[in-house]
Amino acid sequence: MSNKLIEINDLSAGYYGKPVIHHIQLTVYEGDFIGIIGPNGGGKTTFLKTIAGIIKPLSGSLKFYSPEGGLIENPKLGYLPQVNTFDKSFPISVEEVVLTGLLSAEGRLSRFKASDKEKVRKVLERLNINHLALKPIGELSGGQMQRVFLARAIVSEPWILLLDEPSTYADNRFEAELYELLVQLNEKMTILMVSHDLGMIPSYIKSIACVNGTLHYHPTPEITPEILRVYNCPIELIAHGIVPHRVLSTHQENSSTDESY
Amino acid sequence: MNLIEPLGYVFFQHALIASVFSAIICGFIGAYIVARRMVFISGGITHASFGGMGLAYFFGFNYLLGAAIFALISALTVEYLSKRTEVREDSAIGMLWSLGMAIGIIFTFLTPGYAPNLMSALFGSILAVSNTELWLMAGLAVIIILFFVEFFPAILAVAFDIEYASTHHIPVNFINYSLISLIALAIVLNIRVSGIILVLAMMTIPPVTANLLTKRLKPMILLSIALGLAGNVLGLILSYLLNLPSGATIIVTHILIFGIIKLCKSVTKLTVHERIL
Repeated sequence: MSNKLIEINDLSAGYYGKPVIHHIQLTVYEGDFIGIIGPNGGGKTTFLKTIAGIIKPLSGSLKFYSPEGGLIENPKLGYLPQVNTFDKSFPISVEEVVLTGLLSAEGRLSRFKASDKEKVRKVLERLNINHLALKPIGELSGGQMQRVFLARAIVSEPWILLLDEPSTYADNRFEAELYELLVQLNEKMTILMVSHDLGMIPSYIKSIACVNGTLHYHPTPEITPEILRVYNCPIELIAHGIVPHRVLSTHQENSSTDESY
Repeated sequence: MNLIEPLGYVFFQHALIASVFSAIICGFIGAYIVARRMVFISGGITHASFGGMGLAYFFGFNYLLGAAIFALISALTVEYLSKRTEVREDSAIGMLWSLGMAIGIIFTFLTPGYAPNLMSALFGSILAVSNTELWLMAGLAVIIILFFVEFFPAILAVAFDIEYASTHHIPVNFINYSLISLIALAIVLNIRVSGIILVLAMMTIPPVTANLLTKRLKPMILLSIALGLAGNVLGLILSYLLNLPSGATIIVTHILIFGIIKLCKSVTKLTVHERIL
């Protein structure tokens, strides 16, 4: 049995005191690769942001453990946000964006070391964007930016990688590369990934969490209409398999929450 | 035309020293404001500080103290409201903006006699900068330099993507509240130089010009300081030669520098483009 890294108990979280997700129960173990699915507005991003520490839990507990065991306050996280809502004209280079992924409360905040730049160079090389290092971030294409933000998420070699729709802006070539890369990264990192690409993810992920107001955990990667029905997860199921098919579950039976979005 | 003659006057020496400190303060703070699109917040803080000046004028204490208190309170309020509550940030700024002006006008009105400081508050007078004010500017410049040197990567991370910065447990609130306080103090001390109406131009024009030449924050700060210094000194000399109001002449000079660099840039771009063709 591998070590547990995250222990979530009866967690509620949301914005301005109003919960979006409630009563979440989940234990994440080292080496997990959890695909997070669910309808829009079901709280997938809220869930990920709560783990990332961007949103404080309203109630319940969220505990982190180091891979060596033992409770820890500031786990090493890598986070890839969903939509790039950042200011595209902000004066910053690709290299600097990725360097910010190496900052930590423990380390000094006053300057980047040569070894930091070396780490950044390696990760940019791994993602085939080394030639963009000195470019302003605003001059990149959507797919290139997505690579930069993935680079920022993994440059510190975090224990836990939180990915919110990593394939959003990806071109086809990068999408295939991306999933291969995630499988490689999963050898060293535990991954929680929000994805709409349900046809793609079962071959990479190890288990599924459906977030729709609350969270249902399914320990295998198969997504069937049956699972979605049982978990009250009204999402479109689109598969890109050899036999393309499309199963639409009912949208009438609404979520267990009374929030509207 | 004699350029040596004014250097003999203490007030002109003071004005030159003030130009240097102002360029340093506005270079750092202005580049940050422009990069983070905080120009409107800065405008709100500037105008709110007028309330403090009116109060100081009425009760007979130092106007800088009154302005600093109002500027700090409004800066911290806006920062707090924008992060903690659902109040729309720009609406909150608009309210503080006019509230400050209203308080300033009421207390200036209630003060008996002519209000000689009013014009200087609105339009500034770099030629009347006192020794104390120079020391305060020097002190603030040193604090700002130390803060940026010590925390630059964290400032960059928080300014670029505050949510991501918080996932790395960077002291986001400390950085934000420190910077908004420094912005408030920078505005107050520069009101002496160019006045409430024009201080925002001192903060924004040099960084915007610098941004034409670089797309990174650090060189943008350094260039802003250089451009600010050039514009301040050149503007000061022009105002002396042409016998024009110093604050306004300095601003026009900054705009001229912006125009020239913008023009040069589009011309060189054109050349590069033609070469490619």
